[in-house]
Amino acid sequence: MPVEIVNKTPVWQRREPLQQRLIWCGYFLALMLFLLCWKIISDNTIWEFLTDAHLQAASLIGRMIPPDWSITGSLLLPLWDTLNIATVGTALGVLIAFPLAFLAARNTSPHPSLRAFALAVIVSSRSINALIWAILLVTIVGPGLLAGMIAIALRSIGFVGKLLYEAIEEIHPTPVEAVTSTGAGRMQVLAYSVMPQIMPAFAGITVYRWDINIRESTVLGLVGAGGIGLQMNAAINNLAWGQVATVFVLIFATVIFSEWVSAKVRHAVI
Amino acid sequence: MLKLKGLTKRYATGDLALNDIDLDVPAGQVLALIGPSGAGKSTLIRCVNRLVEPTSGSIELDSKDITNVRGGRLRQARRQIGMIFQNYALVERLSVMENVLSGRLAYVGFWRSYFRKFPQSDIQQAFELLERVGLETMLDKRGDALSGGQKQRVGIARALMQNPKLLLVDEPTASLDPKTSRQIMRLICELCQEQNLATIINIHDVALAQQFVHRVVGLRAGEIVYDGAPDGLSPEILTTIYGEEDWSADKHDDDQGASEAKGPDVEAALLGGHP
Amino acid sequence: MSQSPQLLEPRIIAAKSGSWRPKPKISNVTLRWGINAAALVYLVLLYFSVDINWSRVAQGMDRGVAFMGSFLTPDFVSRGGEIAIGLRESLTMTFAATVIGILLAIPVGLGAARNIAPTPVYFFCRAIIALSRTFQEIIIAILFVAMFGFGPLAGVVTLAFATIGFMAKLLAEDIEDAQRDPMEAVRATGASWLQWINYAVQPQVMPRLIGLSLYRLDINFRESAVIGIVGAGGIGATLNTSINRYDYDTSAAVLLVIIGIVLMSEYLSGYVRKWTA
Repeated sequence: MPVEIVNKTPVWQRREPLQQRLIWCGYFLALMLFLLCWKIISDNTIWEFLTDAHLQAASLIGRMIPPDWSITGSLLLPLWDTLNIATVGTALGVLIAFPLAFLAARNTSPHPSLRAFALAVIVSSRSINALIWAILLVTIVGPGLLAGMIAIALRSIGFVGKLLYEAIEEIHPTPVEAVTSTGAGRMQVLAYSVMPQIMPAFAGITVYRWDINIRESTVLGLVGAGGIGLQMNAAINNLAWGQVATVFVLIFATVIFSEWVSAKVRHAVI
Repeated sequence: MLKLKGLTKRYATGDLALNDIDLDVPAGQVLALIGPSGAGKSTLIRCVNRLVEPTSGSIELDSKDITNVRGGRLRQARRQIGMIFQNYALVERLSVMENVLSGRLAYVGFWRSYFRKFPQSDIQQAFELLERVGLETMLDKRGDALSGGQKQRVGIARALMQNPKLLLVDEPTASLDPKTSRQIMRLICELCQEQNLATIINIHDVALAQQFVHRVVGLRAGEIVYDGAPDGLSPEILTTIYGEEDWSADKHDDDQGASEAKGPDVEAALLGGHP
Repeated sequence: MSQSPQLLEPRIIAAKSGSWRPKPKISNVTLRWGINAAALVYLVLLYFSVDINWSRVAQGMDRGVAFMGSFLTPDFVSRGGEIAIGLRESLTMTFAATVIGILLAIPVGLGAARNIAPTPVYFFCRAIIALSRTFQEIIIAILFVAMFGFGPLAGVVTLAFATIGFMAKLLAEDIEDAQRDPMEAVRATGASWLQWINYAVQPQVMPRLIGLSLYRLDINFRESAVIGIVGAGGIGATLNTSINRYDYDTSAAVLLVIIGIVLMSEYLSGYVRKWTA
């Protein structure tokens, strides 16, 4: 009990003594772990480099301002490519994630082994960043838009699949029971009782992922998978920081635009 | 019409929900199933259309054994059994018309139903049913835009769209106010008479049941403890079904007028239909 | 039923005679067709602007198959040392960056919640969040590597910076959604600002804050596998090298390690969430 009798007066404590001690122990362990991590990082850092970090930062920013606007025209086509990578990638990913989510959701999965398979695909896809998929795909299908699109799609499968199967598991079960009791077939039950319930979530998740994918696809060019990242990479390699700044401004504008679109669409479907 | 023999259901948790139930419901009869919460009423009607798989015993519908049928045959059987739910169980994001038409799903193929291309006769029937329950002007409204009583009417129309031979009704009035409850009960009973349906109604509100049904079956701990006319429900019999309670005391208590038939509280249930 | 026939809508009259179609989702006809036409135009533009070198794709198929196959024969051993070092660095970076990031995100999040922060502070904190969220971790990593040199420190700073934007935004939204009544009640007792935060706000947002922290830990680990590509330390460098050498068996091993750790962290966070709920 949090209230103890000490010297005949009740003493109130927020937690039981043992629980309190365990919590302090937890904090202590976390602190120790943090210090250990910091030591490892510190050992691998050449601290002498940091003495002039502020000068480096100042000169970097100095060279970025003003941005080199003269290359804006040549960046528009790569920007369009970036948009296409994100859009096509999202579409492909969603196309695969949709059936996968039904296999993965406890209440719609036809068989436990299929469910395990779907969950494995989802977690694998979620664990690996689009950029890593892109590096791999560039070595397989060659540099260009296709590698970027597939990379985005592969990463989106897990994200959309996970959120969607959680949405499916959260639907109201009674309408499903009601439609089943009319004698409807399996697919009809899905179409008439499950789908209407998850459609708003599905649309929201898709647009949300598209928004994230716009951001992700801006950097895929760093590893050769197409889009504006290619120009950014070239500018960085040439140490042309003014051009890099221009790319940043364009990326910033695109991301704001995609966030605006995504907010509009989500507002409309909910 | 419906014949249950030795129906038993034991859940995976070990609970015995139904123990050796024998029940015969002829066409045109409205039967009320009463009993305390957890007596197995809900399990019983869900066993009939196999939403819950019985452990043993047999279910015969229209002289056909449907205890073990699977796949298409099971759907054929379910199509003949309409079901009405406590919480209406409408698909709230579909329109009233779509909800009613979903009663025809077992009669049309998947793609037809997916593209909402129902035969003209189905749509006419749906419209007539909506007219019968007084909701034909609401056909484009979404399920979540309706009141409780209206939702239950749509639920009734959906069940009747199946052209059922048997109607299973699970606590149709538990979420409704006393006046709407009576209207809904009257509607269900009238429709059953019109279409000569065998009907099983799970109900908590004994007074309401007595007013409308032909026969009452009392269930306690998974066994039938009363089967007879509604008038035969004496206080002694109610005690066997529900347990010890003074069944006459509150009948004149004015305060009770406010209590609605909401929960499993037997007292409130008894008086829910009381004007 | 009481309505006279001339008051009935055409759709109802049509339904009576047995013809009914579901109402279109978008009732405005111009808008509906406008959206359809825009989608069509986009597809046409897409078709003409995406140029894919199919012969190159066909050439690469052998490698694709080889890569798939290597998942069945992952090689943890021959570059085991590099994997272990990379992994250790990734894990330490992840933990340190998450702790630092969350500690910094809490004040920023408080400042970015409209219902408790004064307007100038609100805009300042929202600006930090926007800056941190717009750019990919990898872009930030490039800048920090340029400033701090190669190594895990740049990685930690990158991940911490990204964590601030993520956590502060969600924390601020959570505070904005918190119930007003307890906040007023505690303020009415004469509590100071910090007491008020401690008694009225913290209990309302704590469970979600813990859940989000664990989620961010998970994200930071995954990101730590990427920023190594630009020299910010971690397992990403190992992975990048192995892929560029076409040493797919090692790549598969690294990927499997990452997947395994993410899976583990997901189970773990499920448990922690149950304790703290």
